Amino acid sequence: MELYQKTAHELQQLIAAKEVKAVEVAESVLERARQAEPKIHAFVTLAEEEAYQAARRVDEAVSKGVKLPPLAGIPVAIKDNISTAGLRTTCASKILENYIPPYDATVIAEIRNQMMVLVGKTNMDEFAMGSSTENSGLFTTRNPWDIEAVPGGSSGGSAAAVCADETILALGSDTGGSIRQPAGYCGIVGLKPTYGRVSRYGLVAYASSLDQIGPLTKDVTDCALLLQAIAKYDPKDSTSVNQPAPDYLQEMKKGAKGLRIGLAKEYLGEGISLPVKDAVQNGVKVFKDLGAEIVEVSLPHTEYALAAYYIIAPAEASSNLARYDGVRYGHRTSQKVSDAVELFMKTRQEGFGAEVKRRIMTGTYVLSSGYYDAYYLKAQKVRTLIRNDFDNAFKSCDLILTPTTPSVAFKIGSKTKDPLEMYLEDIFTVTCNLAGLPGISISGGFDNGMPIGLQMLGPLFKEEILLRAAYGFEQATDFHKKRPEI
Amino acid sequence: MSLSIKEVEHIARLARLELDGSEKEQFTMQLNEILDYVEKLNQLDTSAIEPTAHVIPVHNIFRKDELKPSMDPEEVLANAPDRIGNYFKVPKLLED
Amino acid sequence: MPLNDYEIVIGLEVHAELKTDSKIFCGCTTEFGGEPNSHVCPVCLGLPGVLPVLNEKAMDYTITAGLALNCEISPYSKFDRKQYFYPDLPKAYQISQYNDFLLCKSGWIEVASGNGELKKVRINRVHLEEDAGKTVHSGTGILDSDYGQQDYNRCGVPLIEIVGEPDLRSAQEAKEYLEKLRTLLLYTGISDCKMEEGSLRCDANISLRPKGAKEFGILAEIKNLNSFKAVQSALEYEAERQAELYDKGEKMFKQTRAWDENKGVTVLMRSKEGASDYRYFPEPDLVPMVIDDERLQRLRNTIPELPDSRKRRYMEIWGLPEYDANLISGSRELADYFEAAVKEYGEAKAVSNWVMVELMRLLNQEKIEITAVKITPAALAKMLKLIDAGTISGKIAKTVFEEMFMTGKDPEAIVQEKGLVQISDSGELAAIAKKVIDANPQSAADYLGGKAQALGFLVGQMMKETKGRANPAMVNELLRKELEQRK
Ligand SMILES: [Mg+2]
Ligand SMILES: [Zn+2]
Repeated sequence: MELYQKTAHELQQLIAAKEVKAVEVAESVLERARQAEPKIHAFVTLAEEEAYQAARRVDEAVSKGVKLPPLAGIPVAIKDNISTAGLRTTCASKILENYIPPYDATVIAEIRNQMMVLVGKTNMDEFAMGSSTENSGLFTTRNPWDIEAVPGGSSGGSAAAVCADETILALGSDTGGSIRQPAGYCGIVGLKPTYGRVSRYGLVAYASSLDQIGPLTKDVTDCALLLQAIAKYDPKDSTSVNQPAPDYLQEMKKGAKGLRIGLAKEYLGEGISLPVKDAVQNGVKVFKDLGAEIVEVSLPHTEYALAAYYIIAPAEASSNLARYDGVRYGHRTSQKVSDAVELFMKTRQEGFGAEVKRRIMTGTYVLSSGYYDAYYLKAQKVRTLIRNDFDNAFKSCDLILTPTTPSVAFKIGSKTKDPLEMYLEDIFTVTCNLAGLPGISISGGFDNGMPIGLQMLGPLFKEEILLRAAYGFEQATDFHKKRPEI
Repeated sequence: MSLSIKEVEHIARLARLELDGSEKEQFTMQLNEILDYVEKLNQLDTSAIEPTAHVIPVHNIFRKDELKPSMDPEEVLANAPDRIGNYFKVPKLLED
Repeated sequence: MPLNDYEIVIGLEVHAELKTDSKIFCGCTTEFGGEPNSHVCPVCLGLPGVLPVLNEKAMDYTITAGLALNCEISPYSKFDRKQYFYPDLPKAYQISQYNDFLLCKSGWIEVASGNGELKKVRINRVHLEEDAGKTVHSGTGILDSDYGQQDYNRCGVPLIEIVGEPDLRSAQEAKEYLEKLRTLLLYTGISDCKMEEGSLRCDANISLRPKGAKEFGILAEIKNLNSFKAVQSALEYEAERQAELYDKGEKMFKQTRAWDENKGVTVLMRSKEGASDYRYFPEPDLVPMVIDDERLQRLRNTIPELPDSRKRRYMEIWGLPEYDANLISGSRELADYFEAAVKEYGEAKAVSNWVMVELMRLLNQEKIEITAVKITPAALAKMLKLIDAGTISGKIAKTVFEEMFMTGKDPEAIVQEKGLVQISDSGELAAIAKKVIDANPQSAADYLGGKAQALGFLVGQMMKETKGRANPAMVNELLRKELEQRK
């Protein structure tokens, strides 16, 4: 077995025991990436030089006998909407194609402090708007299980990189499912933490009230380790919540026994493919065997979640993306302009892709004079109803089990014609963001060789419950051990 | 509610997007489709419901009135598409 | 019809920068000026991914302003985004407060109105927001410039917006209102209110209606009012202009105009027909503010006794004339100085005379602020006591005072050093009187011949001889006595 095929917790032991050098791990992973990239296209930027430097520092520390942070020397790939000082951060958009941030996001500062090895920046749907990476302004990432299929999105580059062993760990961001959906499509683990659990400082905003950074990993143990590394209160983020994180690894090992797992009929109805339904049924059986209790719950406003999401997210996006005007950084039109307004209009027209423009237009419309109450305010009220649904449901269960998506990864180009059809991809994942809850997707089976994601949603700040259930499931199954041939 | 091309042009102007002809048509159609879809929220009576602006109810998060170092102007201007001296250079603004 | 037949309706919108050390959402300095783009960080430059964190002092200062302006303070408040594209606005939205849940609303202040009476002017709201950057035009103004130069140093300086109700009825009243507002803000210490540096800025809404009419006329908003004088002149001009248009029966429209200081006219900037659509919505990156009674009490305690109350006290208890009371209470620093001296000396009238005349003269002459004055209130009191004790004359005291002003020295020390002690010894003075009369026989003869005013000349000569140290109360008497003896 090659080093790049290993998990973080395996490599961690090897590095600590001085059996393997961090530089060797970096070499193995970067070599693998170089070989896989022509097929997968997961990375926007590979940071080889920087990665080697970081790895060498780890090896020096090891040789001096310094006690290392848990993930020291482990390669990690970063979604390209997380600000990295000195390293291009494009959001996969032409408008930021050459933007080099002067500062690190708080999670990046943590990663550097904890001596992880940042190997590169991964592709995504432009400004995290999409479910396939087809909206990337740069190129489309392939699903390692089938390079004709999408890896999901918007954190598609991070998911594909983990899946194809081009990195050991990755960070993504999740606004309406952008970590969990690609994790599901790539058969890996993806966790969206509770809103406020992880600092958003340095995450390029898409929809501020919904965005969260979270881990994409090969297994649940790695997920617990990476979450532990980044789940910290940050005074630079006013919405970050000062609530100490528990020891996730220790909690995780308690497993699924005794957990009450909720099944909601609203997540199991029509539109779901048969294999996905089967995978959920199988999941239920696995959990029962593990000593979990299955309870029925109801989330009656689920069917309104997507509509609320597609008002709130574009509204916030239209505001967050207004700063890209060609004055201080990023693309500026080279066409002749007569004044600043024309400069703004041409710059933005050239710099943004179709989906971004569509959402800016939708968001501008729903906030515009006379429409605010009918759309934005209405959606914020529906958001309250969705939150209340979960509050009620969690009175009788500890977590809720759903499919991550209605079916497995679709073929590239098959849904690009109709934006609304693409939006429906998020139908099971958006509720979690609207309600601020943590959610996880793990590999729960296969349909014709393509992974099926199982999603679990937990109460606020109860990531450890999701990790317990996921770990129990993983111990009892071996879906997560399967890796695609590249 | 149905959105006309004229309204789409107005919104594009508000959003400072210079759409081309085919985009205007396409967006008019697609925005109408999206607005039709979100129309379903009107099935819900929300008159007695408070909106959720922040999903986690925290308040009074402050910083102290303390100085932190600013950036070097060179760093501030490092990504500037155009500059003159230590200023960002922009075409003049004729209207707002 | 003449302007007199119209009622002028004016409301001012005032922006004041708060005197915090750091900006509203980041740690950059609020200092005025500086090299372009040297007071800037990722947050105030609006780089992708940055987040704001509220400077608590900026909120507290806003509440303090609200309290001083008799506002209701909201127990719950929040920020909103006001969205518009402008090169000096890096995020393309200003973090501000929309109409609901403002920090302060429904206040009022009292302003002197034309007929000498006080008038209550209502304040609609005081809210907190961030300032924008500055565009430096390549030419002399926006029209003859090829391009703009952006400096973001000012970006993110905390700003309060004070929106007055349209209660003002003349340009003079508007100026009084603005001056009063400035005095109150200076008193609370939350802003330095320098119009010349833009830390106090004013836009004015003005419309006319026939006297007695209920409906408001069509208003013009006037920008670019950079001084108190500009506020008054621009509004006077604009009232005339609108009256003429009404008289001619021209159709009015809502518009924004700018004051051209050099030409003394207002000029059209834009018509407000296509009003901006700011697409306000709650700022998701900042959490709500909850203001409890404890905070309110603490902030209330930071507000000193305000000018109106001081003025009343000076007049009613200390018997100062209104003019003096008004002037002294008009500045917190001056009033504090005055009161400290009164406390030392024990009586107000003499202190106010010295403050109003000599101190003011020297402050103006030397262009010194009261805060930098070298004479301590205790030293002033000591000097007054020297006069009372007859150690120095009132006239000599002026010399002593000037020396104190320049050097900060103790009055007693000055009197000793310069030998300024008053001569009150009648023997000594009588001898000098003799000498003066001997030296001026013509004046003595004139006096004795019935020209009483000749005595004045001799008094002057005596003062000259004693370098002003002769006790003035004794000089006349002694001279007269000596002259009578020579009859
Ligand atoms: Mg304002
Ligand atoms: Zn700053």
